[in-house]
Parts: sequence; C-alpha cells; structure tokens
Amino acid sequence: MIRTVRDLFRYNGEFAAGAVIMMVVLAMSLASYFSPYSPIDAYLVPMDVPPSEPYWFGTNSRGQDVFWQLTYALRNTLAFGFVVAFISRLLSLAVGLISGYVGGAVDRVLMSINDTFIVIPLFPLLVLLYFVLREDMTWFMLALIMACLGWAYDARLIRSVMISLRTREFTNASIFSGMSTPRIVTEEHLPYVLPIVFSTFMNNMNWSIGLEVTLAVLGFTDVNTPTIGGMIFWANQHSAMVSGVWWWYLFPTFFVTITFIGLFLLSISMNEYIDPRSRLSRMGNG
Amino acid sequence: MSGRVLAGADADDAVLRTKDLRAYYQMSYFGIEREVRAVDSITMQVRKNEIYGLAGESSCGKTTFIKAIAAAIQPPLNVVGGSVRYSFLDRDIYALTPDERDVVRWRHLSYIMQGSMSVLNPVRRVQRTFEDFAFRHMNLPKGAFLEAVKAHLSRLRLPADILRAYPHELSGGMRQRVCIALATVCRPEFIIADEPTTALDVVVQKDVLTMIRETQREFGSSMIFVTHDLTVHANVADRLGIMYAGRLVEEGPTAEVFANPMHPYTAHLVASLPRIGEANTRHALPGAPPNLADPPAGCRFHPRCPLAMDICRREVPVLTTLAPGHRVACFAASPNVHPSIAPEINAAEAVEEERI
Amino acid sequence: MTGASLLEVDHLTKSYARGGVFGRQSFDAVRDVSFSLPIEQPEVFAIIGESGSGKTTLARMILNMIAPTAGSIRFSGGNLTALRRRSDRLGFMKQVQPIFQNPFEAFNPLKRVDRYLLISAKNFLGARSQAERERAADDALNKVGLSLAEIRRRFPHELSGGQLQRVAIARALISEPSLLVADEPVSMVDASLRMSIVNLFRRLRDDLGVSIIYITHDLATAYYISDRIIIMRKGEVVESGPARAVLDNPQHEYSKLLKESLLSPDPSGEGVLSGSSVATRQVRGNAVHFDSEARGERIE
Repeated sequence: MIRTVRDLFRYNGEFAAGAVIMMVVLAMSLASYFSPYSPIDAYLVPMDVPPSEPYWFGTNSRGQDVFWQLTYALRNTLAFGFVVAFISRLLSLAVGLISGYVGGAVDRVLMSINDTFIVIPLFPLLVLLYFVLREDMTWFMLALIMACLGWAYDARLIRSVMISLRTREFTNASIFSGMSTPRIVTEEHLPYVLPIVFSTFMNNMNWSIGLEVTLAVLGFTDVNTPTIGGMIFWANQHSAMVSGVWWWYLFPTFFVTITFIGLFLLSISMNEYIDPRSRLSRMGNG
Repeated sequence: MSGRVLAGADADDAVLRTKDLRAYYQMSYFGIEREVRAVDSITMQVRKNEIYGLAGESSCGKTTFIKAIAAAIQPPLNVVGGSVRYSFLDRDIYALTPDERDVVRWRHLSYIMQGSMSVLNPVRRVQRTFEDFAFRHMNLPKGAFLEAVKAHLSRLRLPADILRAYPHELSGGMRQRVCIALATVCRPEFIIADEPTTALDVVVQKDVLTMIRETQREFGSSMIFVTHDLTVHANVADRLGIMYAGRLVEEGPTAEVFANPMHPYTAHLVASLPRIGEANTRHALPGAPPNLADPPAGCRFHPRCPLAMDICRREVPVLTTLAPGHRVACFAASPNVHPSIAPEINAAEAVEEERI
Repeated sequence: MTGASLLEVDHLTKSYARGGVFGRQSFDAVRDVSFSLPIEQPEVFAIIGESGSGKTTLARMILNMIAPTAGSIRFSGGNLTALRRRSDRLGFMKQVQPIFQNPFEAFNPLKRVDRYLLISAKNFLGARSQAERERAADDALNKVGLSLAEIRRRFPHELSGGQLQRVAIARALISEPSLLVADEPVSMVDASLRMSIVNLFRRLRDDLGVSIIYITHDLATAYYISDRIIIMRKGEVVESGPARAVLDNPQHEYSKLLKESLLSPDPSGEGVLSGSSVATRQVRGNAVHFDSEARGERIE
C-alpha cells in the first residue's frame, strides 16, 4: 500500500498535485483543534480588520477571526462530505451488486426504485425537508438524507459492470470451482468495481459539499455550526460585499475551490492506477 | 528440388521492401521500464502480383510487423530502425507527412482486417462506407462513382443490393466479402490482409479465401496475408515466411516450405497439422514461445529446438539462401550457415552438402 | 445391467423468443437432440458444428447452466432439473466439469491461477489443510504435464495459451470428474501448442477413464481423437455415428459440404514433408545428432 502511494506520488503528476492540495486542506482542518476561540462565539476580536498581523486572514463583521473560523468550516465541511460519500457508497454497492448479479425480477424492482431516486429533484426536496424539520435538521441528519439521495446514479454504474462480469467466462469457472455466489461477487468481481467506488467517492464528496454550500448560503441549514457555506451566509447577512470586507468571501471560496480541485485530481489519478486494465499493462500484459 | 524458381532477391519488381526493420514497444509505467522487441530486424520483400503469406503464432510479432509496414504505429510502439519502401513511393513511408500518408492509404495501400464489424460502420449503410473510404481517392462525380462501385461489385460477383444494407443485416462471410470489395475498389498496389478468415466458419472460409485469391489475380495487386493457420497458407500463399519471436526464420515458395522445411520450427508446425485420414500420434513441441521482453540469447528458438547445438545458444543465425528462393536462419540447416560467412551462399553448393 | 448411461440426452430442445410484445417469434437454438454416453467405457464424443449450430447452447444445457425448453438430460440416472439444493448442484459439478474456449478468459486476470485449483480442492475434495489442497492441485497438474511449483503464484498473463488451457484442464480434473465438456478447447491455442492438448485428451480417456464431450468446428482434430461424432446444423443433428466412419464417408449433404470445405495442407499434391533437409528428417522420425565441436553431422 505504501509502495502504491509512493509510486503514484512519484510518477503521476495529478496525484501529486491532488495529494499536496488535500494535505494542505487537511492541515487547515486539523488546525481547528488548536483554535484559541470557540467556533460559535462571536464578537471576540476587533471587527472588519483586513488581513494583517496578527489576524492573517482578517476578521469579519461578527468579530471572529476568519482564519480560525475557516479551520472549523473546512473540518465540518470535509467531515460532512465524507459521511455522505461513505454511506451512499455502501448503498450504491449493495444495490448495484445485487441488481447486477442476480438479475431478473429483483433487478427490475431495484432499478425501478433506483430510477425514482434519480429523478427526484434534490434541491426543492431538501428545502422542503428543512422547513419541515427546522430545528431537528442537524448536520448528521442532513448527511443521512443526502446519502439516501446520492446513491442512485452510481448504483446503475456498478450494476452495468456487474452485468458484464457476470457473463464473463471466469465467473463460470468460479461457479464450477464450487464457489458460493457471495464469495464470487466479493472476491472475483469486487476488484473490478472498486475503481468506480473510489472515484465516485471523491465525486460524491464534491457533490455533497457543493450542495451543502448552496443550502447554507441560502440559510437552509444549521448556520450556527461553522461551515464554508455558513461563512458565506453570514457574509451575505452582513453585506460584506458592499462594506468591502472581501476577505470574508475570498478565503472560504478559495479553500473550497481548491478542495474540489484536489479531490477531483485524486479521483482521476487513483482511478487510472486501480483500473484493472492499466494494472494489467503494468504487470506486463501490454 | 521441386517448386517454382523465382527471380533473384534484388528484383526491382518488388512492391514492398523492408530492410532491417525493428519496432519495439518501449513502455515505462510507474518506474518500470520494459522494452518488448516485437519486430527484431526483418529484411524481406513482396514481389509484384504475389501473395506473401506470413505465418507465426500469437505474440511472434506478425501483427506488429504489419502495423510497422503500414506506418500505423503509435507510442509505446516505436520504429527504432530500418526502412520500409514501397514501389509506388519515392521515399520511405516514414519520411512522408501524415497528410501524404492519407493520400497513399486506400488508393495504393489497403487492408482487409480480421473483424469485419470493426471496419464497417454499424450505423451506416454499406454504400456510405464505400463513399467514406473511396470517394475522394477515385476523383469521380457522385453518380459515376456509384456506377464504378457497382461495376466493381459485379466483377467480384457480389449482389448490388448489399449497398443498401446495414452491416448487421449481412452474415459474417458476406461482411468479409464486402470488406474485400472495399479494399480493392481503388485497385491498390498493395493489400495487407490480417487474419481475414480466422473468425469465419469452415464453409464460408473456403469461399472467402477463393475470393481473395481470385481478386488478387484479377487485379494483379500484391498482398501480404497474415495468419497463424498454415493450412490456409498452403491454399493461398505463393511464398511463405515464418516468424518466430520477432524474427523471420524461414522463407520460401509455399509448396517447397511444406515439402522440405529447413527450420525445425517450421518442420514441427507442418508435421503437427492434423489431416483427415491420418490418426497416428503427433508429437508436441515442448516449452512455449519466449517472452519478447526477455528473449533467449542467440537463436530465440534454441530452448525448444530438438537440433539445438552449442552455437545456437550464443549466436544469432542469419537468414541465408540455401536453395533458390528459399532462405533459412538456422545453424543446423546447413553446416555453412554462420554469420562470419557472406550471407549469399552459392545455392548449388548448399544443396550438394545436404545430399550427403 | 443394461441401459445405464453416464449421460442421456433425450429430445432436447431450447427455444428463445425474440421480438417485442407484438410479433414475438421463437427460434430454436437446439431442436430435438438425442444421444447418450455409455457408463462402462469412457469415450471422446465430438460435436461438430459451425457458429449458430447450437453446439454451445447444447454444452451449456449439459452443464446445467441453461434450462432446456423441452426434453430432458439425465446424468447417472438423475434428471438435471432435480438439482435444486446447493449440495445437489455441488455433487453434480464434482462429476461434470467444463473447459472453455478462451483460456485467458477462463481465469480472472487479476487473480493468481493456483487459487482456483486450491478452491476446487477445498470444495470438491473436502481437503481441509493447505497442504492437502496443494497436494491435490499438484496431482492434477501432474496429470496435465505441469507442476504446482511451475505455476505457483502466477498470473494468467504470465503463461502461454497452451499452458493456461492445461491449467484449466487440471482445475477441471481436481474433482475427479467422470465427464468433461470441452467447448472448442484448442481453437484459441497456438498451432504449435495445440497438439499437446489434443494428445492430453486422449490420455485422459485412455489412462484416467474420463469421458469427454469435445465440441469443435475443426473436423481434422475431431477425426484424430474422437470415438463417436454428431454433426449439428442450425440446432439439429444431421449425422451421427462412429467418428472415422462418418468422416471418411459422410452421408448427409451438409457433412459432405463440411468435408469438402476442409482445406488441405497439400493442395498442389507435391507432398508434405517429403524433402530431405535436416529438419524434415528429424521431424519424420529419423534421429539426427550433432557434434557440437565439429560442424558435421552424424545420422544414427
């Protein structure tokens, strides 16, 4: 595993760039544990101070240090994205594997459910849920809801890979070796499905973070917990654009953008490495 | 010695001439460097109005060879040495710009591939495919072009209404015949046929082979016919070249190579052809073809060769003419085959030696 | 005891429906095929047919991978449709094993080849310890002319087509089956390696008593090793009988057409391997020895 990562780092520029970016972002998020201020307190420091000593990213109109706010925001946003991606991957895998391998009536039923979820308009639904749940809409709740909405597209992807694998000759050879169905799916087929899972994991994170930022900016989330979107929401509330407090916008936007780019680079470079076909060429099939 | 005596090696009626052609796959993935010497110094010619059969098993380099002569090379496959010259070009094909090569392709140099479905666009009718491939080369107005195509099809005894069909509506054999018609419509001087009958059924295969032979004779084009199936070569090739592990090991008139193969590999291949009416046991050759990334030193066949000698492990045998038109690269074929001796030996002398 | 057959195929039919809700047509991949394999004597039974003849569909039905539309298949007296429980199916698979056409596809390219052998040993022979499984794998590999040491921890792409197909045969032999169903086993193997596999089938029948259903489109290899033969065309059997008799003297028009379409390696009649070169003599059976110091030759 270490060798894999080291190889990737040395020979794949995209991976190196993505890894560096994500390390910076992660460092920022981890810095939140050292923050001298509590994330929800306001009016702790002089307001609207431009980036200078000792407030490197400046302060906002709520009297908070932008830098330390940002560290919390990044941490929460990343954690959110991770939870959503993780849960929705599990759902995609389960549905895709079962549907693809078993086929028949089970497949048809699962895909009907799947397609229903694909066509649900996410944004209005989330807004509606916010209005219904209000106070109960914690971050975890939101993550859970989004995970339940974000699995459908990739489940179909996994399903199509499974269908093609099911008809390959080595599946028959495995059956005739006496292997049970669950074993065949997990040992023979999963290596082909994993690249999809990894790259869609990153994509899912990007998607969920994007959606979260959108919702937060509009105020449809719990804006007291600092997140990237939350910071922008408060900036809007205090008309920061008009009052010239540009640093309140710039730093969150910059960091979320490079997070997107970093995750994207990681996903495409890892995907190429794990992809069975390129693995085979590396092993010498040519 | 039976067999047709062909003109000497330096005949200027050669349509294709390669000299010391070398093409390697040079790959570097995540720090691992590999060089696969798929085509390792091949010097040969295809003469006018002949079908040259190229035989050899999978991973012997024959597919790479035809990619190299068609200049259809892309990294990681690189031509590292040698030349490829056609009679209709004044320069080495690699000296042409891509635009110049586009002009050459199909008009002078065409292909018949193995999978006919991959040549014929499945969403276009056959007529459109003809237009895509041949229209700009023939320099005729649309109506005259269509007439020319129909005349060509009728000359090849194909029904004209296949033009209106989609590829999937035709059977495999019919599709392959369409591909042959497509490849010959511009009357190219040289046709490359890569396993054109391998995926076809036995009955259809015979028809398609007959069509290929007749088409070649009719239009007088030269052809290089690549397949691993020696029986097909016996029925279609004028001269036969055997490739092993990236090198040409034997070459000669087909009937002669079958009657009197001089290289042990060829002899084994011919001997192991099953024939109806013969049920005696045939012996298998031990071992497997070498890995071209790490081939054996000296003669690449020596690990499997029943006639291997000490010298075979150390030195590479040179392709030498031992009978009229018949070249072999093997130290056992004749005691006189040795790299220090001039490659062109007096053929009569070599024949004398063998009679002893 | 009469009538006990190893495999009994009785009026077997497989139809597929094509088309949509309006205008559904059915077409028969296999129509009314019957034959049986005796239990007393192992034999190589060849099924000859071109693409679309239904031979692969027939093979899959015999292997219980597809269910027939009509007719029945009985193996060792038991009807295949009665195999419902996993233990029944395992028992069947222990006795009947497939060999597929493309050896490179028969193995997962990402996994090592010895894995399947060890898994088969565990599932069919009940081998508990790793040592037992390895021994079973090694035994099976020896039967095909390989050894566990040679292929241990190798990936499929590291082996040649011939070797890989032999590993596939070894895998099939681990459970000590009584019937092998080989679907075009040598068509994707190189010419120079083909004979060793075909000879192996002969040995399996003669020395190990395994019956083999050998499906191919190649009349010549069928002639070489089969005992009985059926020729299929568009799902139906057009001719059947003892192999040499049918192929030397085909009666049905289609069989005659197949035989005529066979290409001969000697179309000009000049005589294959009739020459006198060193290599030709060696392969014809005269031992030729070389003195490596001098360059002369001695013929024994």
